[in-house]
Amino acid sequence: MLDVARIRADFPLLAQRENGHRLVYLDNAATTQKPQVVLDAIVDYYRTTNANVHRGAYDLAIRATEAYEAARAKVAAFVNAWAPEGVVFTRGTTEAINLVAGSYGRATLKAGDSVVVTGMDHHSNLVPWQILCQEKGATLRMVEITEDGRIDLSDFGRALERTPKIVAFPYVSNALGTVNPAAQLAKLAHAVGAVVVVDGAQSTPHLKVDVQALDCDFYALSGHKMLGPMGSGALVAKPDLLDAMPPYHGGGEMISRVWDDHSTYNKIPHKFEAGTPNVEGAVGLAAAITYLEGIGLDRIAEHEQALAAAAIEKLIQIEGVTVYGPHALGHRAGVVSFTYGDVHPHDIATILDRDGICIRAGHHCTQPLMRRLNVAATARASFYLYNGPDDVDALAGALVKAGALFGYVPA
Amino acid sequence: MDTSRPEPQLSALYQELILDHYRRPRNKGTLEDATHSVSLNNPLCGDEIDLQLRVDGDVIKEARFIGRGCSISQASASMMTQLLKERTVPQAIALAERMSAMMQGDDGAARDKTLGDLRALAGVSKFPVRIKCALLPWNALTDAMKAGRG
Repeated sequence: MLDVARIRADFPLLAQRENGHRLVYLDNAATTQKPQVVLDAIVDYYRTTNANVHRGAYDLAIRATEAYEAARAKVAAFVNAWAPEGVVFTRGTTEAINLVAGSYGRATLKAGDSVVVTGMDHHSNLVPWQILCQEKGATLRMVEITEDGRIDLSDFGRALERTPKIVAFPYVSNALGTVNPAAQLAKLAHAVGAVVVVDGAQSTPHLKVDVQALDCDFYALSGHKMLGPMGSGALVAKPDLLDAMPPYHGGGEMISRVWDDHSTYNKIPHKFEAGTPNVEGAVGLAAAITYLEGIGLDRIAEHEQALAAAAIEKLIQIEGVTVYGPHALGHRAGVVSFTYGDVHPHDIATILDRDGICIRAGHHCTQPLMRRLNVAATARASFYLYNGPDDVDALAGALVKAGALFGYVPA
Repeated sequence: MDTSRPEPQLSALYQELILDHYRRPRNKGTLEDATHSVSLNNPLCGDEIDLQLRVDGDVIKEARFIGRGCSISQASASMMTQLLKERTVPQAIALAERMSAMMQGDDGAARDKTLGDLRALAGVSKFPVRIKCALLPWNALTDAMKAGRG
């Protein structure tokens, strides 16, 4: 277990009280709190370095550009990217996936082709593919999931028989915490010639990611889910793929020469970064990565897994609670999705909020998954490095109170 | 630092009557001879309601619903359908406006006897994120009335 008290001291917001209680923040799969070093990095950037990047000839602009490009190198090293120019800064995972669908997808997909997604994908790794397939007259194939919330490998195999052009899946499920065998899935998809897109929104913050070892083609991540600022994120891609792709957004920075009726484009990654980028976001994200590396991703993963195990053990002792997702801890990250008899998740969330406990209730942007689980919504507690056993106890205690308030009687 | 607002009481939100309507919803089901059908959902949280009405002339003769959602949205739908029977369309629209006013914290509306059991939902106004739950069936009703007149 990590020294939670020491870590919490680095996060100013966690010292705040909510509804008269210690803040128990268990909605980390939605977004994470920021340590002081990230806040400082953003303020310092504006105080000492701010100028537009890749434009100015003066020293201040050069320093801003260096800070921005240093952040890119930091992200590249963090996930072992193929090259720094294979890291395109985006607003987050959603934009990164839309970039792949809108550029690579639109350029390569033809009528009759197929794209494969899974029944546990977040809407952000589903809807862009729906839009693309509708536009192209291509087929979208959704791979089924097992009863305990893992990708059904035999159905995955059947989906590959149609030799899809693109296979997309999440490394870690945001709704269930399932850690998918990403390297194995990528290998199977490559064997039929597909390009592999991995939604890394929930994996990058919580476990050591090596995109080259995964051998995917595109990997999307969000900064705000890993202690960085909102609106920061990246698409990490194989440089030769990016190089061959048409631009996504047009504008400044992404061009080389502009004529009245056409333009030539900048080299990667700038070709995909039209307009003034979110430099403060990149700088803040780099500071978040430094902070995470200081603690160690392996230790963070181990810590969260222990918390999830403790939470599951406590929750299933409450009669009427159902926990969704893999039973085996080896397949699980620090996300615990559950229902409690006929006490609706929204009601649970409202009741827990009175005790200063923040959880998510709803469909978690995974409506197809909710349909497969045959629930309208679940309650979800998701952990991070600043959560401790005291948070697990608070969750379980408040849940018992919620049951009492609702007069929940086990069937 | 405590930045929270004055604490609303959970007991004001989850009254016995609300839980009763949630567990034993009135008028749950479908109408074969419905004149108005509206499906609404709250994309944020996934709450769903299918509201069906049988309107004869200007009078709502029957109101039924099917729904999935939290205690607040389902109790609100149950109470609403109870109240709608034998009301004229203008009366139904007026009720929807009273309900909306009550959700905005209007004490007069919260004491208005025409709202019947719905007054038990007055406490929802203290929980801003839950107001949309209480109003979901009413938004369906408003849509149905508009469709009927259009």
